[in-house]
Amino acid sequence: MLIDAARCQAIFDRVADAARALGIADAEAIVTGGSSALTRFANNAIHQNVAERGVHVSVRLQTEGRTARATTNLLDDASIRQVVAEAAALTRLQEPDPELLPLAEPAPVPDVRRWHAATACVTPAERAQAVGEAIRIVESAGQTAAGIYSTAETVFALLNSRGVFAYYPETMAQFSITAMAADSSGWAKGSACSHHDLDPAAMALSAASKAQASRDPLELPAGAYTVILEPAAVLDLAGQMFGDFSATAIADGRSFLRDRIGEKLFGENVSITDDACHSLQAGPPFDGEGVPRRKLALADRGVVREIAYCRLAAHTAGAAPTGHGFPLPNEYGEAPMNIVIAGGATPIDTMVASTERGILVTRLWYIREVDPYEKIMTGMTRDGTFLIEDGRFARGVRNFRFNQALPEMLSNVEALSPAVRASGEEAFDMVVPAMKVRGFHFTEVTRF
Amino acid sequence: MKQLALDALDAAMHPGVAYADTRVVEIRDRQVSTKNGKAAHVSSGVSMGLAIRVLAQGCWGFAATDDLTREGIQSAAALALEIARAGTSAKKHDVTLAPEEKHEATWVSPIRVDPFTIPVDRNVALLLEVDRELRRNPGVTLAEAAMSFERRRQIFASSLGSVIDQTRYQSGVGYAALAYKDGEIQKRSYPNSFGGQHQLKGYELIDEWDLVANAPRIAEEAVALHAADQCPEGEFDLILDSSQLGLQIHESVGHPIELDRVLGSEANYAGMSFLTLDQLRRLRYGSEIVNVVCDARPAHGPGLGTFAFDDEGVPAQSTDIIRDGLFTGYMTSRETAAAVGETRSNGTMRADGWSRMPLIRMTNVSLKPGRQSRDEVFGGTDHAIYMETNRSWSIDDKRYNFQFGCEIGWEIRHGKRVRMLKNPSYSGITTEFWNACEAIAGPGHWTLWGTPNCGKGQPEQVMGTGHGASPARFRRIKIGGAYAD
Repeated sequence: MLIDAARCQAIFDRVADAARALGIADAEAIVTGGSSALTRFANNAIHQNVAERGVHVSVRLQTEGRTARATTNLLDDASIRQVVAEAAALTRLQEPDPELLPLAEPAPVPDVRRWHAATACVTPAERAQAVGEAIRIVESAGQTAAGIYSTAETVFALLNSRGVFAYYPETMAQFSITAMAADSSGWAKGSACSHHDLDPAAMALSAASKAQASRDPLELPAGAYTVILEPAAVLDLAGQMFGDFSATAIADGRSFLRDRIGEKLFGENVSITDDACHSLQAGPPFDGEGVPRRKLALADRGVVREIAYCRLAAHTAGAAPTGHGFPLPNEYGEAPMNIVIAGGATPIDTMVASTERGILVTRLWYIREVDPYEKIMTGMTRDGTFLIEDGRFARGVRNFRFNQALPEMLSNVEALSPAVRASGEEAFDMVVPAMKVRGFHFTEVTRF
Repeated sequence: MKQLALDALDAAMHPGVAYADTRVVEIRDRQVSTKNGKAAHVSSGVSMGLAIRVLAQGCWGFAATDDLTREGIQSAAALALEIARAGTSAKKHDVTLAPEEKHEATWVSPIRVDPFTIPVDRNVALLLEVDRELRRNPGVTLAEAAMSFERRRQIFASSLGSVIDQTRYQSGVGYAALAYKDGEIQKRSYPNSFGGQHQLKGYELIDEWDLVANAPRIAEEAVALHAADQCPEGEFDLILDSSQLGLQIHESVGHPIELDRVLGSEANYAGMSFLTLDQLRRLRYGSEIVNVVCDARPAHGPGLGTFAFDDEGVPAQSTDIIRDGLFTGYMTSRETAAAVGETRSNGTMRADGWSRMPLIRMTNVSLKPGRQSRDEVFGGTDHAIYMETNRSWSIDDKRYNFQFGCEIGWEIRHGKRVRMLKNPSYSGITTEFWNACEAIAGPGHWTLWGTPNCGKGQPEQVMGTGHGASPARFRRIKIGGAYAD
């Protein structure tokens, strides 16, 4: 382990000593770091192959209603004293904030274990071997492969002078592959805390199969279509709205949930929780002040129920903090980070079989917010977009641009698959199902 | 720092290593923001580390560390070599590099006022003054303001014998007023969205934008948008302000001309490009008045893509990308230049800090000013829609189809603003759009904007890029599609 709990404690002790020497008793330190490596391939060959390691210590001091933060990755005694002095200088230059709460007090943190020694020790040769096998699968289909295989071990620890000691180590492996044919492509991606839970060869086969099946794409007119969104597409699109399940965002008037808590915004079949302890989730079970994350029922059978509260937002609203706050000081307050959208019982194959005419979407790309209150998002389909006719894959189609309001989309869900851990490129990993959605708004078609 | 770089280079030069370079980087930054009358975020940071890149047995290996002890450096060098050797199991051909000269140089980006000499309470006080002006308008429900500063010193050393010491200062400032009312959120930003304007300048940047004086107008516009008409849907002549045009250049010219993207290196993530090699010097990219350069030289201006040498030791250059509407050039690296038979890289390799491998990144990709006056741009058509300040941006993974939304629009008739329009958006196909360009304002209206948040690569790297532009007019563009039923 690159940074064990004892080392975090030793670093904090030096921070606290330096703060006390400057007359400041309330100190907090966030220790982050680890090592990661990524083997990147394109044109059926490894072309970028990298590794990095590092440790950062971020110090927040608090005195007389003032606070500020300073960060360094220089860990010798003089540098620790220097970063504490910098934090103290920034802090003392602030105006007092009567709303600033004392540092968080210790509280029991859920025991989740997601650090796997074997994943922490994966070698460049092991990654290259898995990548080589994936390339051979795609190449043998007459296609070209590009992608990544990464492994990492990281630590997030938060300690403060009130006695909070929250320490979370994690390993994470990711594999992603794009298979490209002359005029089509397919894609697959997975992530897991143990690299043994990834199957790069299976992902390569899936991507190659999609590239093969989507060749010679047909151009269809834009319009409203029934769509089958695979889990990565659901993740990347639905994932754009969870920053709005935030008490601070709502109070600021920048959330689409302003004046809508308790309303039925989604369909009866849509229930969403935030659950840091879910067996398919990752990430620390405590927040940026060391508060344990509580499970939230964000939406229950379509009704928006709970939102996240950092300590300040909770204090202001007379609520209890939920353990979703960002490190202080910050503008944004809090957000749920461990989304689980409840699945259904309809496999994707069954969704396809029940579709007279529709579009299956593998992946979405470059998703951006068009309207913050209607929550209209735009973006493109990519790497495996298919026409479904009479319950069967008919052929590949050219990629669409969509402009789609998320509440409308989640009100039009006709079927859900079992939920899986999904990984995309536009939102953080979540546990989500595939969805069959009617009336999805494709507004333009591109050239491929 | 120089000795660290030389020690790392020595450690990297194992037998069998054909080429190596190292970068020792020290970054200092400060972030200050305010929100609704209070300091929101005040922080500073220091980060220092080194990167070692080796070319062995025809493959790249790269390792970065913040352990700057002798053991840490040796360990990183050994890991870089181990990674390069592992890559040979999935290799199609040996990497070859376009030739480059040895360079020894020191360069510091010119600044008038070192931003780190300004006390943070002065930063906060100015932002709070802006905040007060914004919230003087009772319709403003959220006022946010921020400034940021960075000093980045890098020592580059390579086995060619180059030793290059560069220090770049970067400053940024901006604010926004949000107005929430009756289930609608409207926003205006100044001087641009994405946190405002960002340039390779010192604290003088903060004083150049007349922040406080513009706050009442920005607040008024944010509130007035609620009562404005919805932007119509259809085909109209379109006039873009220079900041929105800067982002249009970024997305529909800057990214497609990255030669690594063209050659497939980014296929799994950022995507590829419609600018296949057969298009060079053949494709009519834009109308004859469209001229775009990629220019990292200080002479181009203090852009976020300005430097003296790139991160593989190639001097800053200016490359014609579009000349009189014809596509004429890519951004290259030593590896990609060699791959397409060019004799030299045009110097666009940049890394996000010490922990990441350099990639081809935009430097300053700018549309040259035109010959029209601003009145001619606005008055050269009977009817047009004018849009200011980006709100949303999206483009496909080969950079054909784009859609942009802006914070505010105006209907223009005979050169005059006749009504404010809310929720304006436009969309199109890249080459059709640039070929529809029929007027570009002259040098007096040209601004070198900074885009501080350009993402690319795996692991992702965030880079600052520069984009110079002046207002321009485009004929018969699809408008309003983002809100179409």
